[in-house]
Amino acid sequence: MTAHSITIGRILRFCLLSLGALLFLAPYIFMISTAGKAQSEIFSSSLSLVPEQWSYVENFVKALSRVSMPTLLLNGVIVCALIFLAQVVVAIPCAYSMAKLKFRAARFMMVLVMLGLLVPIHATALPLYVAFDRLAVLNSYAALVAPFSISVFAIFLFLQFFRAIPDDLIHAARLDGMSEVGIVARVVVPNAWPAITAFAIFSVVAHWNDLFWPLVVVTNQNYATPPLGLLYFRAAEAGDDYGALMAATLIITLPLIAAFLIAQKRFVEGITMTGLKG
Amino acid sequence: MSILSLHNITKSFGGNAILRGVSLEAGEGEFIALVGPSGCGKSTLLRIVAGLDHADSGEIVIGGRAVSAVAAADRNVAMVFQSYALYPHLTAGQNIAVPLAMRRLTAAQRLPFIGNLMSGQRQIRADIQRQVREMATSLKIDHLLDRKPGQMSGGQRQRVALARAMVRRPSVFLMDEPLSNLDANLRIHARGEIVELHRRAGVPTLYVTHDQSEALSMADRVAVMIGGNLLQLASPQEIYDDPAHIEVARFLGQPRINVMETRMDASGTVRFGALTLAADCVSPRETPVLIGVRPEFVRLGARADGILRARIERTEFLGSEVIVHARLDAIGEAIVAKVGPAQAATLVVGMPVSVDIEPDRAMLFAVTGERLRAKTVNVASAREKARG
Repeated sequence: MTAHSITIGRILRFCLLSLGALLFLAPYIFMISTAGKAQSEIFSSSLSLVPEQWSYVENFVKALSRVSMPTLLLNGVIVCALIFLAQVVVAIPCAYSMAKLKFRAARFMMVLVMLGLLVPIHATALPLYVAFDRLAVLNSYAALVAPFSISVFAIFLFLQFFRAIPDDLIHAARLDGMSEVGIVARVVVPNAWPAITAFAIFSVVAHWNDLFWPLVVVTNQNYATPPLGLLYFRAAEAGDDYGALMAATLIITLPLIAAFLIAQKRFVEGITMTGLKG
Repeated sequence: MSILSLHNITKSFGGNAILRGVSLEAGEGEFIALVGPSGCGKSTLLRIVAGLDHADSGEIVIGGRAVSAVAAADRNVAMVFQSYALYPHLTAGQNIAVPLAMRRLTAAQRLPFIGNLMSGQRQIRADIQRQVREMATSLKIDHLLDRKPGQMSGGQRQRVALARAMVRRPSVFLMDEPLSNLDANLRIHARGEIVELHRRAGVPTLYVTHDQSEALSMADRVAVMIGGNLLQLASPQEIYDDPAHIEVARFLGQPRINVMETRMDASGTVRFGALTLAADCVSPRETPVLIGVRPEFVRLGARADGILRARIERTEFLGSEVIVHARLDAIGEAIVAKVGPAQAATLVVGMPVSVDIEPDRAMLFAVTGERLRAKTVNVASAREKARG
């Protein structure tokens, strides 16, 4: 009897979850479907999920030939990698010193970090743009990377994680003869991989998908990141060729999906270990 | 010659005095246990010696060198932590090798990849490996060298931590409750091992513990710290038999020492029931004093002529001995006695008994806690006097 009711409950829950998942995935599924439709079918009045005529090859060829997809993807990889590297290199020593060293300004700095979390990039976009313009570094990787090299979110996340590292471990390292830099490199970082992985996902996803900042500082197609490239593609090349546009979108979302699937286990581990689960 | 000496170390956190002028000297190869209740400042003192914390004032001398301004890494002290503090990402062997690698290899030689190309590092690394293996063999952990701390038991981790501390032959050895995370059986076993290792290494050791039996059984000298003061530093026997302060007497000994309040008259005579003690001092007027007697020196009997009368309230059977709790008729205070099982069989709860105290084992303390030296007056004659 109870087993029976549990089964019903289970089925209900499963249905509800599936429905939710479907709802969230619907736009992406529709994008996959559209990427395989011919122009005429997209604009027809009927709405079908499965393309009548499979035009995947055609659309992908268009997407790959009309814009320089390798350049876009390469730009995306370079920008995301540089941003992530800079963020980690800056944030880890910052977070370590605030979590484990005693100094008077620690509290004040903590307040600054909290305040920093509240300021969105849009608020500082204009002064940054003017500054980059004066420095004549618009249309460069530097302009794309520099504003994000210091991430208060990263400092905050690592700070929480480092606080959980036992003080004794740091003390033992000091007695063993390590300098503070040595402690960070040899003790803290090797034990902070879950936090670094979790942060990597946050950072890479955010900057890979970012359209706002590249749109502000880049007008040269050679430095366009994938979302900006799509924008150019739509405006200049494709016009209303939504099939090809969707195919291009599919291509630029694939690396992230693949990366997430590969790192899924570590990602979940990192989120639970940093206590971000809420 | 003293290897380690501390002069008048003080430390306070946010207005709270943690250490109030602690001085201590440790000779060559000496094992000193720092014991006290939690919050007495013993761990803080250890951290100050290690250089992990700074004293507000005072001087630390290690091997004839003032080290107050020297960084922890350069003091050549080794420490075993309560949590062992092994590097979780390194194997046992790598953990033990860390202090050697940090000292022998140059910064460039330690760099990953590039370091392997530096000249001379191969020889040093091989030498370090040999030493790690020797150390591990002597601690019987050579079969664990490839395991990470997460794959080891508490006892094994503790040995690895000991090995890491000992491998570089420090000039002072610090241990912060290294046995408190082990189970009871292992702890007794590990006590003997640590003492044996200490004898072999001959390095002065400061051993912090809150466990009085650990302190008394392992140390050459015991330092009792209470409320940020080092109240007494003496051999285990002296500190137990002849405590300099009531807090020392109270802290050491299981069950706790009996402390009873009484008064001392102007001539320095203290009367407690039929017991009369003559203190080695005089005071202008009658003052309250404390009498302390360890439970093993309290005798219970059926005789009517003991110095006090009491009624048995409770007995605790501990196998080789029995703890008897009784309440004194005259002052209504509890007194605890340690008796043999044979005698305990004759004692029944609620039974009136006479209480005797071995006269030369009664200790006098001022109400402020300091020990007052007592010349004991013969109890028998005192008794006669009481009768006459």
